[in-house]
Amino acid sequence: MDLSPLFSPGSLAVIGVSASNDRHPANVIFSKNLLRYPVATYAVNTKGGTLDGETVYPSVSAIPAKVDLAVIAVRAEYVPAILADCIEAGVGSAIIISGGFAESGRHDLQQQLIDMAIKADFPFVGPNCLGIYCPGQVDTFFLPVERMVQPLAGDVAVVSQSGGVLVDLLVKFAKEGVGVSRAVSIGNKAFLRELQFLEFLEADPRTRVIAFYVEGFARNEGRDFVTYARKCRKPVIVLKAGKTREGGQAVSSHTASLAGDYRVFSSVLAQHGIIEAATELDLVSYCEALSCYPDLVTKGRVGVVSGSGGHGAIAVDACVGAGLAVPPFNEDVQRKMRQDLSENIRMIASLANPIDLTGSAVENDFVAAVETMCTIDEIDSILLLMLPYLPGISADIGARLSKVYRRHGKPLVAYVPHIEKYRMLIEGFELNRVPVASSIESAVRMTQVLRRCRLC
Amino acid sequence: MPTVLNKEIVAILNRSLEHGWVMEPEAKRLFQLAGLPVPRFVWARDVSQARAGAAEIGYPLVAKVVSPSVVHKSEVRGVAVGVADDEELGSFFQRMSRLPDFSGILIEEMVTGHELIVGSKADYQFGLVLLLGIGGTAVEVYGDVAIRMAPLTAEDALSMLDGLKGGKLLAGYRGKPGINRQKLVEFLLGFSELLGEISSFVESVDLNPLLCSEQGCVIADARIMLDARFRPEKEKEPNVR
Repeated sequence: MDLSPLFSPGSLAVIGVSASNDRHPANVIFSKNLLRYPVATYAVNTKGGTLDGETVYPSVSAIPAKVDLAVIAVRAEYVPAILADCIEAGVGSAIIISGGFAESGRHDLQQQLIDMAIKADFPFVGPNCLGIYCPGQVDTFFLPVERMVQPLAGDVAVVSQSGGVLVDLLVKFAKEGVGVSRAVSIGNKAFLRELQFLEFLEADPRTRVIAFYVEGFARNEGRDFVTYARKCRKPVIVLKAGKTREGGQAVSSHTASLAGDYRVFSSVLAQHGIIEAATELDLVSYCEALSCYPDLVTKGRVGVVSGSGGHGAIAVDACVGAGLAVPPFNEDVQRKMRQDLSENIRMIASLANPIDLTGSAVENDFVAAVETMCTIDEIDSILLLMLPYLPGISADIGARLSKVYRRHGKPLVAYVPHIEKYRMLIEGFELNRVPVASSIESAVRMTQVLRRCRLC
Repeated sequence: MPTVLNKEIVAILNRSLEHGWVMEPEAKRLFQLAGLPVPRFVWARDVSQARAGAAEIGYPLVAKVVSPSVVHKSEVRGVAVGVADDEELGSFFQRMSRLPDFSGILIEEMVTGHELIVGSKADYQFGLVLLLGIGGTAVEVYGDVAIRMAPLTAEDALSMLDGLKGGKLLAGYRGKPGINRQKLVEFLLGFSELLGEISSFVESVDLNPLLCSEQGCVIADARIMLDARFRPEKEKEPNVR
């Protein structure tokens, strides 16, 4: 099934605009796409007329162009007839924003939509969803544009069972400088579900990392999802909610009692090499790290460098706790590194790993230490704990170190305190594709997730 | 795909449908037919059969009640370990015979080893899943288990074993011998294959304990709960007041 009309529509019909209510979801969606996106946008309401000077068409078939995507925001009981119109008119796909289906007991109404879609092989998202946001292309979220926080265009795709969680994730992505390729709220997922989006996104050249927020799979649907995700060439990350809700059935065996719904979910994900994020923040960190470094890092040996012994110690504890090793460097490596340091820290820096360049280090010392670590075989990735208040470094250090990474290809993850004052330094890393964490622990988790290991 | 199913396994499952679960002697026979190791056992319907069986197996032995109404044997003190002679066996038989739907006793050779639990469950989202853990009566206290979606690969089976916190004990600890890992992996793969074939009948399986030693693994206790479709009405619908 071709999902490209959903994600890259050339034309958009918004069905259900209101002549009297500017805050109506359909009006919000119509306005933002008309004014801000390179998609031909048409308003539809059976009453016709005009909206903000634009023609309102009485039906989707009255629109004088082929429609790639119809957004349907009318009362639930009218949706089946509208969907039938769309299929009849040769529309390419639909997003059903309206609620009032299975989530409120109207399984019959939802089933009508499913039956139609199956018969016509017609892709639709929802119902009861926000739909799709693709930076620079289309946005069917019924949130006024001035209220949304929009991340940069990038290569992380997010598919969410909850519209609210999705919008919140976009806020966090924007804050962390993580770019998004596609964001989809799938609502009741009556027809298009996680698996279909996974298939589309695996083939999508804009997407490098695929993240899901999942509350639950339908019967045996989880099996198909993990079986496919295991073979997916791109990293797949899942945040699961509803961890504490266990099946209500009488538990007749130890196995049924020990293998509760969430425990099974988590174990099966790990078995299939799917990354589970414990929290929203972890999800954002993992997306940031893996969008920079999608290739598998097979071993977990980390080189830690900082201008503070304490930062190094905290990082080593977190690394060991996360199953990563911080192997001490041998004398040869240390000697080589020491030669390249500036004279005033040469005798006071400790270079055994974790490396403490001390507060007297200057920018060139960080560059030299990272350069050496990039060339040795003892470690697989570098964790840099950057203290932007040290007098010897400048706002250029992020951009300079990212050059070192790009020359050698050894993944580098940085921690920088996330304060507005240090924004330029942070962007020096982020805009040059080095992930930056806002805490030491989350930098360690970013490093850990690069292994993407199955139950290690 | 090779099949482990045969007519007798199907017959055992069919016979058990009326109870909603497979009684232990039938479950033992089923696993035996699938090539999974069980202790030598005899299902005795009267005292003389019990004595003859005991003569064959040899004292001391384990005796357990068999009744379609007794799913949890220990709750009715329906298990005797280390039964020493005919007299003890006879009195155990008499006591058990007063239990509802008494259908004889199961007598088995004594087996020793590390107590593990191996189980299966029909999971709503993922279908058949398998479990390996540190077993025994405190199994739910420790909760030291590894879970995988079936079918298992050998790599899955090994990683389950390595994932247990109590894995060090199984490798041999302070002079106590460890278990035969290869045999346990083979066991798990055989179990996975069997359950894959009968999963449409089965809701859950508990092998607890599975006794594992340097020699191999033996199913010391087995309980197969059948899918709710096959459960008698009274169990399907718990009392709603």
